[in-house]
Amino acid sequence: MQWDIVIGLEIHAQLATKTKIFSGSSTAFGAEPNTQASAVDLAMPGTLPVPNEQAFRYAVMFGLAVNAEIGRRSVFDRKNYFYPDLPKGYQTTQLDHPIVGPGFVDVDLADGSSKRVRIHHAHLEEDAGKSLHEDFHGMTGIDLNRAGTPLIEIVTEPDMNSAEEAVAFAKKLHSLVSSLGICDGDMSQGSLRFDVNISLKPKGSDTLGTRTETKNLNSFRFMEQAIAHEVERQMDILEDGGRIIQETRLYNGDRDESRSMRSKEEANDYRYFPCPDLLPVVIDDAFIESARDLLPELPDERKARFKEQYGLNDYDARLLSDDARMAAFFEETASHGKDAKLAANWVLGEFSARLNAEDKSVAQAPISGTQLGQLVARIADNTVSSSGAKKVFEALWNGDSNNADAIIEAQGLKQVSDTGALEQMVDEVLAGMPDQVAQYQQETDPKKQKKMLGGFMGPLMKASKGQGNPKLFTEILLIKLSD
Amino acid sequence: MHNKSVAELSRELESGKISSVELTREFLDRIKAEDGPYNSFITVTEEQAMADAKAADEQRAAGKAGVWTGVPFAHKDIFCTNGVATTAGSKMLANFVPPYDATITANFRAAGAVCVGKTNMDEFAMGSSNESSFFGPVTNPWGLSNGQKRVPGGSSGGSAAAIAARLVPAATATDTGGSIRQPAALCGVTGLKPTYGRVSRYGMIAFASSLDQGGTMARTAEDNALMLNVMAGFDPKDSTCVDRAVPDYTATLNEPLKGLRIGLPKEYFSDQLNPAMEQQVRNAVKEYEKLGATVKEVSLPHAKLAIAAYYVIAPAEASANLSRFDGVRYGYRCENPQDLNDLYTRTRAEGFGGEVKRRILVGTYALSAGYFDAYYLKAQKVRRLIQQDFINAFKEADVLMSPVSPSPAFVQGEKINDPVTMYLEDIFTIAVNLAGVPAMSVPAGFVDGLPVGLQIIGNYFEEARLLNAAHQFQQVTDWHQKLPQ
Repeated sequence: MQWDIVIGLEIHAQLATKTKIFSGSSTAFGAEPNTQASAVDLAMPGTLPVPNEQAFRYAVMFGLAVNAEIGRRSVFDRKNYFYPDLPKGYQTTQLDHPIVGPGFVDVDLADGSSKRVRIHHAHLEEDAGKSLHEDFHGMTGIDLNRAGTPLIEIVTEPDMNSAEEAVAFAKKLHSLVSSLGICDGDMSQGSLRFDVNISLKPKGSDTLGTRTETKNLNSFRFMEQAIAHEVERQMDILEDGGRIIQETRLYNGDRDESRSMRSKEEANDYRYFPCPDLLPVVIDDAFIESARDLLPELPDERKARFKEQYGLNDYDARLLSDDARMAAFFEETASHGKDAKLAANWVLGEFSARLNAEDKSVAQAPISGTQLGQLVARIADNTVSSSGAKKVFEALWNGDSNNADAIIEAQGLKQVSDTGALEQMVDEVLAGMPDQVAQYQQETDPKKQKKMLGGFMGPLMKASKGQGNPKLFTEILLIKLSD
Repeated sequence: MHNKSVAELSRELESGKISSVELTREFLDRIKAEDGPYNSFITVTEEQAMADAKAADEQRAAGKAGVWTGVPFAHKDIFCTNGVATTAGSKMLANFVPPYDATITANFRAAGAVCVGKTNMDEFAMGSSNESSFFGPVTNPWGLSNGQKRVPGGSSGGSAAAIAARLVPAATATDTGGSIRQPAALCGVTGLKPTYGRVSRYGMIAFASSLDQGGTMARTAEDNALMLNVMAGFDPKDSTCVDRAVPDYTATLNEPLKGLRIGLPKEYFSDQLNPAMEQQVRNAVKEYEKLGATVKEVSLPHAKLAIAAYYVIAPAEASANLSRFDGVRYGYRCENPQDLNDLYTRTRAEGFGGEVKRRILVGTYALSAGYFDAYYLKAQKVRRLIQQDFINAFKEADVLMSPVSPSPAFVQGEKINDPVTMYLEDIFTIAVNLAGVPAMSVPAGFVDGLPVGLQIIGNYFEEARLLNAAHQFQQVTDWHQKLPQ
């Protein structure tokens, strides 16, 4: 049987405010446990929440960026459940009157097509603390530093039909919130967390199947694997005539397996009701316009500009514009590199490959766009060959030096482009290879001739100690051999 | 000295006839000597009070004294006091010492007032008789002569009893459904529940957030005005607090009442009211007519629904507000919990008293899936109708007058096992909380030797008008000066 895959996402994005959503405590990551938890965060008796205006501004900026309606009357609700890292015994969140209403995001797919994913809504809420189960034998530690960190939970419509689409959307969303500056986007620290709702239905059917939710996927790779895994699991069950149970599942990326966390029957009755400690927040036109003024260039706009300004093709422009840091790195490289297309090739080629190989983000790269740009400039002006440039890149990356010119100098990678000197070398090499010269000149097939030309390059590079400009060598050879 | 009002004590201190150290000593000694039978205090902060009194005297010597500098008073044990146990009358918080002040507490500290201790109350302010306190019931100083121990009302019964017994001249209190007005009435003192949002709730342990309001209790309306001057005002730590100018509440106390339009809500003079009580209330209204007020009957057509709506909304909010008492971070924790569930269930089963558990259960039920619309949402609709009733009534009247409670102070144990009868104690006070308007209880006579309170209800933010009306009444009556034997 053929199946349609139906995927919807719920994304928790930590907002990059300096302080928490309802208290003045810092939100900085990595502090000693419980050093960023005030009386309000600890839910001490009598303490009250006071909303953080910046969290609202960031949420409105997100709403504007996804073409959404802004909720003019934003109401907080209490979601009641007991857990040790939830100090009040309820989470303050939004149910019926979220800050961001319906919107959409257009996602470019690898085949060049575009997919529209609708946003159902996005709401503001507070994060919980962390339960630390290791390091405390037989006990659990509670760290409330994260408790009260502002989140927006973004809920999509079930508009995605493959892991590829879901991951493409997730990457687009990542790039969007990072570009907006409302979320640091660091998935390894939990700044952006994805839950995936998946169901299958017979191909072409209008009726949605029973869905499962797979929680807390903290990398795009795990997300892709988890979707593939869950689709396969559901397909096996359905094709064996079984039924899918509506449940929440946890995916273990290291083992590529998943297990049930709780079924619908075991789910809490959260007893939502409007939080009486917080009055409805009215968002007026002035607030929305002031948020609009803060919107930076968004990925779609940036892509269009990259095509226009740097003459990049659609594919390169998208790869370079999606991520704000990558885009900024590219522009810095291009501004020092004289040749924007060459800069794009190096950023997407050598630089990106190296990041991937070492599992680093752009921010963690040991070289700057300026350094790479200086190297690109030397390639563009023929100072260094592309093979020499790779050596320079290696030295920059390893921190041997921070200056491309110094490395070129130190390692003697400067190309010889003095045609007189090169001509002399060609003459000497050809004089030492009379048989090959004769063979070349007798050959009539240009393809074979071209191949034979390569036979002269080795000795020439050797004669020039690797510093001869290969392009000039080729030109000179062609002239000399046709004599 | 202990029979004097705050205003009088303030003048005594100002004149130099007595120091704050001497005055504070006198009240502390009285608490030590007299409070045994009343049990109106949970904590007496003798050392801190004497230190504060000394500091107040120094402040005065330096020429920097205000009205409250050096005047002793008490806080209901629901207001967090930095470094002093704050229990909310519960075993759950018997060991809780907050590291912060409630905004109200900080305000009195800044005004130089001397807090001598924390007064007893119904557990988490849930009760109308002060019998649900983990620290034992409070006994009303009135009505002891016939050998029966009567309730002081609740939940601010400790504050009311302490003032009636002249253990303090004034005390803070809170009112969620009548918890200031009913004990004030039953103990023959004067109390004010301000407009919701007039006084900060920060650091006031929550029962039902949309109804809770801190307020004042003393013997005279003038002292209530002096207290409200310290308490009222915007607080950035409470987002339900209203940012609105605060008048000097003493400035208008002596305005004449000529032309004051009094409305008598007919629903509050029902057959549920003890006829002797009704007579006292009607006599008080006659006094107002003598002062130039006009009287007409008005209607609060949805008042009869107030108790039902209140006992959905208040427990619903309480069920969430009290979830934080889980044995994890502070307060009571059960011995040797076996696992997380055991920690929660035993901590809460052992730490909360019966009435609190009843309300948590009721509230949890009302919010549950399948019941939310029928209970919580319906109750909120009723609440809006009740608000509208008051808005309409205030088109015809400047203030509304009614009894505070259906009967005078009852004997301890009489209603404690019948929650519904107990809830009816608040039949005349609860609608005020649902609407959020301000209201006072003013001593207005006696029935069988027990005090009767007159309720005066005002429009939103018209505390000054209420205090003015109460003060003028107290200029021509002496009910508020009567002493329990």
